[in-house]
Amino acid sequence: MSNSTDFLLALEGVTVSFDGFKAVNDLNLYIDKGELRVIIGPNGAGKTTVLDLICGRTRVSGGSIKFKDQEITGLKEHEIVRRGIGRKFQTPSIYEDLTVFENLELSIPRGRNVVGALFWQRSEEVVERVHQIAKMIFLFDFLSRSAETLSHGQKQWLEIGMLLIQDPELLMLDEPVAGMSVSERAKTAELLNEIIKHRSVIVIEHDMKFVESIAHRVTVLHQGKILAEGDMDTIQHDPKVKEVYLGH
Amino acid sequence: MFMGYSLGELGSIFAMQAFAGLILFSVFVLMALGLAIIFGQMGVINMAHGEFMILGAYMTYMTSHIFQTYIPGAYPVYFFVAMAVAFIVSGAAGLATEWLLIRHLYARPLDTLLATWGLSLIMQQAFRSIFGAREVGVELPQWMMGALPVTDVIEVQINGLFVMGLTLIITGAVALLLYRSRWGLQVRAVVANRTMSGAAGIDTRRVDRLTFGLGCGIAGIAGSAFTMIGSTGPTAGQLYIVDTFLVVVFGGAQSLLGTIFSAFTISQSQSTLEFFLTGSMAKVLTLLLVIGLLMLRPQGLFVLKVRR
Amino acid sequence: MWNPTNKKLDLELVGFALIALLILVVLPLSVDAFRLNLVGKYLTYAFVAVGLVLCWGYTGILSLGQGVFFGLGGYCMAMFLKLEASSVANTKIQSTPGIPDFMDWNQLTELPFFWVPFKSLPFALFAVIAVPAIAAFILSFAMFKRRVGGVYFAIITQAVAAVLTILIIGRQGYTGGINGITDLRTLLGWDIRTDGAKYILYFVCCVLLLGSMFLARFVLSSKLGRLLVAIRDKEDRVRFSGYSVGDFKIFIFCLASAIAAVGGAMFSLQVGFMSPSFVGIVPSIEMVIFCAVGGRHSLVGAVIGTLIVNWAKTSFSETFPELWLFAMGGLFIAVVLAFPRGLAGLFTDQILPLIKRVGMRTGALPKPAPAE
Repeated sequence: MSNSTDFLLALEGVTVSFDGFKAVNDLNLYIDKGELRVIIGPNGAGKTTVLDLICGRTRVSGGSIKFKDQEITGLKEHEIVRRGIGRKFQTPSIYEDLTVFENLELSIPRGRNVVGALFWQRSEEVVERVHQIAKMIFLFDFLSRSAETLSHGQKQWLEIGMLLIQDPELLMLDEPVAGMSVSERAKTAELLNEIIKHRSVIVIEHDMKFVESIAHRVTVLHQGKILAEGDMDTIQHDPKVKEVYLGH
Repeated sequence: MFMGYSLGELGSIFAMQAFAGLILFSVFVLMALGLAIIFGQMGVINMAHGEFMILGAYMTYMTSHIFQTYIPGAYPVYFFVAMAVAFIVSGAAGLATEWLLIRHLYARPLDTLLATWGLSLIMQQAFRSIFGAREVGVELPQWMMGALPVTDVIEVQINGLFVMGLTLIITGAVALLLYRSRWGLQVRAVVANRTMSGAAGIDTRRVDRLTFGLGCGIAGIAGSAFTMIGSTGPTAGQLYIVDTFLVVVFGGAQSLLGTIFSAFTISQSQSTLEFFLTGSMAKVLTLLLVIGLLMLRPQGLFVLKVRR
Repeated sequence: MWNPTNKKLDLELVGFALIALLILVVLPLSVDAFRLNLVGKYLTYAFVAVGLVLCWGYTGILSLGQGVFFGLGGYCMAMFLKLEASSVANTKIQSTPGIPDFMDWNQLTELPFFWVPFKSLPFALFAVIAVPAIAAFILSFAMFKRRVGGVYFAIITQAVAAVLTILIIGRQGYTGGINGITDLRTLLGWDIRTDGAKYILYFVCCVLLLGSMFLARFVLSSKLGRLLVAIRDKEDRVRFSGYSVGDFKIFIFCLASAIAAVGGAMFSLQVGFMSPSFVGIVPSIEMVIFCAVGGRHSLVGAVIGTLIVNWAKTSFSETFPELWLFAMGGLFIAVVLAFPRGLAGLFTDQILPLIKRVGMRTGALPKPAPAE
């Protein structure tokens, strides 16, 4: 282990325990610039917890998390976001009482303090940026709709769009296709392949078909530890992985 | 020595105030117990909880009155009958409240707070219309009067001891219900995961209603105990709701032990401070202390750390 | 250019204009001086209701202790007025002339240090805003930075209201106790008890209220206003969009409290006293119901709701004092169960579509016909 790394994100010896139960145990995980990493694993493997730890929602009990070579453990959530990490939640997390346009506008990474928000101007540039993202996430025709009227899949896209407009260097997606129809899944895979061209992405997913359609490198998590790591083909033929998934 | 008291005197003062505090502790525990199981399970704050207590107190008053008038010979045991009446009437009122009001407001905790406040206003006015605006008191039966001398300076009120014993029994019974009965198992399941419990075939609505009724019933018993240490008036309950809620929050809303511990801490500190300061300043200091502690531990003192 | 919110806001402006018409023209022309003063008193509560729209309606922070800030503003004003009324000439029969009468009754022989700066009007006016705002800041900073919210925050604000009431009542030598600070007479020599003065103060109150409403409107129609809705909706998402949620909650809570405080100061001026009965738990939660009845999401509704509930309270408790508590309790329940968006919600959901339909029908016909 070196103190200085070339990795975008480096987790080293990360441990977290809830009342003695170690949900994540001495985990090492490295993400390269421009890499797409899929994390899979059975229920309770600690996948979501890993994302929670990276984005500061849960505090680590031990270990270090470095982003662009800087320690981010102990930072507040919004500070971590401002460093360039975006996070999508498992269930779509959008502002139902606002329109699609407003949802996206609020996610633009400017005017983030009280004064800035108070005197924020909806400039030509802002509108253009919102339109551009809305086209990417297939919601251009829905801009003036209240977000609560969107379908489940559209809500997922909206949340992805809200992250894109932040333009993070690392994007973390927790089950982005959960609850989507087959055609929506295909469109989402297309969207993701578009997104990853410019940034690093961590995806948690159960759906193996979907994983195959996007995956480059896969990490298998089991009981808070890394069970296997490698490309899709290696993983699918790993006997340990088979055992975990098919039962003992 | 401190404020001109000798060490021995200070010891006696603390002991006496501690006993005085224990009666307050009893009322707190009974009130908080009801509020805590309701809040813990449904996330609902019943702002009319104090009024359910006063309802129990009025029931106790009425029972004592009936005993005095019709069966004076049985007066020494009236209190046990009164307790049962208080529990049943307050509990039934609680069930009705849940059915008429609370169940329409799930997942809207702030609105429930306002609605139950409205209920408390209505109950207060109803008490005033039915029982009059004057405060009423019950006469203690002979065997509960007087005090036991412990040392030559320290005395303990018998009724205080009795109320405390009662509190311990009821707390034990609730603990048994929660951890040994089928209802308790269902309650704990619903607290842990409402959706899953529903899917697993638990009638969560019914569990909620029973919980609310039981919580209000315990408040009724608290009212019975209350008649021994204070006089009953239409607005007497309102004074207790903030304190009781702070007890619940301070202890951590889902922990029985925490509730008891925090009721003890708050009542003791208030009672001890009361000797050195005026009653109102003691109250101010206690409240500020609790608010301050809550800032340090917003989830309360006894709370499991879990992934949200 | 696509523009999402303007239409709704125009309607709000119409509402503002109607309120201005009502309180600046219609009421002064139609009711006597006594009733107008009463309306002025109600309008001071409307400041609190406007503040509650900001923090409760839009941000989801229910404060059950707004009486604290109303009261602090009122006390700051009343302290200045009391000192002016307690000149040595006015109080020469006291054992210590020159201090407020209640201090003399409580055997104080010297003005307490925190009263001294209130001899200056500029300081008092500054304090009317600053003291409540600082109190609100300390409370909200401690709570929101620790992520205490929801019902916990509501009950803690209630506890604060209880604490302040007990303090005021218990320390009567410094505060005037349960009677409050009474017998306020002049403002820089101008007698505020005359009908003429009350008339002028009423209009000052109206102008300040309309000013507060415009300020609130400015805040709500900015991006910050939409952020507040977002926070109410999904606090975590806002945090993970890179905002420090606590800062925004603190800001809006302090703003709401400062607006409430202006109302309190106007109360002292118009009614001529300030007492703990406007600070405690019961008045604080009543102020919430004013806002809820009018509509917690509507500035116009909050003001109208305040006027209606208070008018009802006054006329009810004159004739059926017993029934008032029942009615009040029923109002709490009904507003929450049956129309959570209040009168304003009723208006936009029921009456507005009706007007539109009638308008379309009459517009389509060459000769306007009455709706059947």
